[in-house]
Amino acid sequence: MWQFWQRFIHPGHLNRQGVMGMNRRNIAYIGRYNPRRLFPLVDDKLKTKRLALAAGVKVPELLGVIDSQHDVRRLAQLVREAPGFCLKPAKGAGGKGILVIIREQGGLYYKTSGQTLTLAELQRHVSNILAGLFSLGGASDVALIEGLIRADPVFDGYTYEGVPDARVIVFRGFPVMAMMRLSTAESQGKANLHQGAVGVGLGISSGQAVRAVQHDHPVRLHPDTGKDLLGLKVPQWGELLKIAGDCYEMSGLGYLGADLVLDQQRGPVLLELNARPGLSIQIANHQGLLPRLRRIESLENTDRLTTEQRLDYAREHFR
Amino acid sequence: MASRAPFFLLVALLLIAGGALTYYRHHAFDVPWLPGDLRRIWSIEAKVEFFAGGEAVKASLAIPDTQPGFQRLSEHSASPGYGLAFIDADAALGQGRRAEWSIRQAEGLQTLYYRVDMLEVGGRELGAPLPPPLDLQLEPEPYASVAAQMLQGATARSADAYTLARELIGEFNAQEQRAGLLLQRQTRLQWLVALLQQAGVPAREVHGLLLKDGRRRQETVSYLQVFASAEEYQLFDAQSGQQGRPENLLLWEYRSGSILDVMGGRRSRVSFSMIQQEVPLQQLVQAIPEHLNPLLNFSIHSLPLEEQALFKGILLIPVGVLVVVLMRILVGLKTSGTFMPVLIAIAFIQTSLLTGLLGFISIVGVGLIIRSYLSRLNLLLVARISAVIVTVIIMISLFSVLAFQLGVSEGMKITFFPMIILSWTIERMSILWEEEGPHEVLVQGGGSLLVAVLAYLVMDNALVRHLTFNFLGLQLVCMALVLLAGSWTGYRLLELKRFKPLAQPLPDMKGK
Repeated sequence: MWQFWQRFIHPGHLNRQGVMGMNRRNIAYIGRYNPRRLFPLVDDKLKTKRLALAAGVKVPELLGVIDSQHDVRRLAQLVREAPGFCLKPAKGAGGKGILVIIREQGGLYYKTSGQTLTLAELQRHVSNILAGLFSLGGASDVALIEGLIRADPVFDGYTYEGVPDARVIVFRGFPVMAMMRLSTAESQGKANLHQGAVGVGLGISSGQAVRAVQHDHPVRLHPDTGKDLLGLKVPQWGELLKIAGDCYEMSGLGYLGADLVLDQQRGPVLLELNARPGLSIQIANHQGLLPRLRRIESLENTDRLTTEQRLDYAREHFR
Repeated sequence: MASRAPFFLLVALLLIAGGALTYYRHHAFDVPWLPGDLRRIWSIEAKVEFFAGGEAVKASLAIPDTQPGFQRLSEHSASPGYGLAFIDADAALGQGRRAEWSIRQAEGLQTLYYRVDMLEVGGRELGAPLPPPLDLQLEPEPYASVAAQMLQGATARSADAYTLARELIGEFNAQEQRAGLLLQRQTRLQWLVALLQQAGVPAREVHGLLLKDGRRRQETVSYLQVFASAEEYQLFDAQSGQQGRPENLLLWEYRSGSILDVMGGRRSRVSFSMIQQEVPLQQLVQAIPEHLNPLLNFSIHSLPLEEQALFKGILLIPVGVLVVVLMRILVGLKTSGTFMPVLIAIAFIQTSLLTGLLGFISIVGVGLIIRSYLSRLNLLLVARISAVIVTVIIMISLFSVLAFQLGVSEGMKITFFPMIILSWTIERMSILWEEEGPHEVLVQGGGSLLVAVLAYLVMDNALVRHLTFNFLGLQLVCMALVLLAGSWTGYRLLELKRFKPLAQPLPDMKGK
């Protein structure tokens, strides 16, 4: 009986550590700092991309957009020149519906896992996207074709078959917490923590790993490659943080999650924005978000600062 | 964000208004808090419909009187333009009580209402029954001899009136071919009555209603009434041969008459709605008239019965919603959809929990299998969903027929499940399966079912039903509670489990 209760942590304990729960996040942060009318800009990856291009924020190359069923036939033509590409639903949430093709050979398209798909299967995937299979509430959608991201080789051995991405929580332009999401065999090459990807908490000041978790439990070594996760240090950290910080003025959302990847050639690049970022980042960092958020809330006139000034503050005060 | 004061003001207003209304109703009209020590009144409404041809019309409906277990309190009728008379039972004519409507000229669809309030009284002593006179009719061949054979067989194996009746019913069940032949001529009940009378046992067909709170559009059920002597009778189920009167049976027509006779009209039918009310003894004694100012009364009791029965169900919904809200916000259970558990709970109320649960799980399971096949056909999403809906309807029909053939009458209640909810559930679950894997399906599907069961347990509770139906002010209180829950920023119960790893201090590692 006692063992049952031992699986729970006392709420007072969580309170002292400043851990934020869903209810508080929804009411006090998302409800308060994210105007609802701005959500479509962020839920729709195409709109986010256009915003980013206008604001000068680096994003993956856009090869084409398919927005109607009869355009699906153009798919092969659009991707013919590219060595690899990524099919994405514009309104997909949580990584749903993303198809990454690393090369085409003899009429077959190869996924990162080595699995092959025919053109017909690709077109069916696009049809599904258009019909709204991956969008919230089944609303009809458009398909984006983006250029392939090649991960910086510094991440070799840290992930299994996928491009690792960094999630940064940005509060009123200040990066408050960050983590790296590494795909595993269990997550089938997807950086989805719920499906078994590894989350590595990153210190804001340096981009160095502080802790790693899988399924919310601490791990030290990558389950598939065996590499020591705490040796991870993200290069070009300052530039990455700057892009994340710029997203505040670009989108107007006070509490957002920015997903970035490190491209081999272009450096840090913004993948997408999230108006309702999850709470596992706290477990990955072994830290509650609330003390940092409240510290920023206690500052005045933060909107007058430049992105650099906010970054400096964050790097100084948040380990 | 605006200050919180207006929000709390609103909540306080709702609570005060709801509480005040509730208290006022309790105090002024003596409605008790608990459904306990009360008298039960059944209000039954008969709706007579027919098409008049433009001539004079006379409609005659059988109506019940005080009988063992029930005392007639009052009756009303609504039928504008018609003359109405209540005709007493006439022992000499062998006729029961009837309500007679008449009009000089009517055309088109006519609707007449008759409503009676019966008080449930204890004691199952038999009143003053009236055995029917023996009325022997000669049946033509070949029916007569087949019937005589059946009677002979039954007589040989019986000793008195009741055992004869039971054996006769047994004969009809056992001798399928002979029964089939006889059924071409008239119904089984009519044969039983005729044969019993032939054997010198007074018997008749009686029609009654099985009373269940909130039933609408019901039809009468028929039983066989067998007299052992002038004072003693028993009721028999003509299909099973079961002897005895069901607890909740109200005899409607029991004097060998017809239920409804219409002259000057065609396509006539009568359907019944019933509702159960609990009334404190004082109210009965004082016989407070129902035409108080309905605005102050704030009660649903001024509505016609069919609507009242509907409301009893609808008023439970806010309670179910409150349960869902609390489960999601305080406990953190994941459900697929916010309103779905409530709809499933409503379906459970109709089907009873175990049947509903088994039926739901099996239909969704089979639906998932079928949908996974459909997904290989490479259809567009909308067509897939529609195909799933059609498949679900076919499945439910098959299940019902199968259940009936197997004699599991409970299984037929599956049809109460909202079709669209089932198909939509199957669609959502299968998409979830494709994207997140079966684990997530179990988590969300299981969460929805768990919350649905909890909501059902709360909604089906006798105290809750009593309170929601009698005190409309409680709806405002529900609203206030939902609003309050929506502003709670504390931790969810399941989060305490999820964040458990944060309890241990960070182990000493290189760097920070």
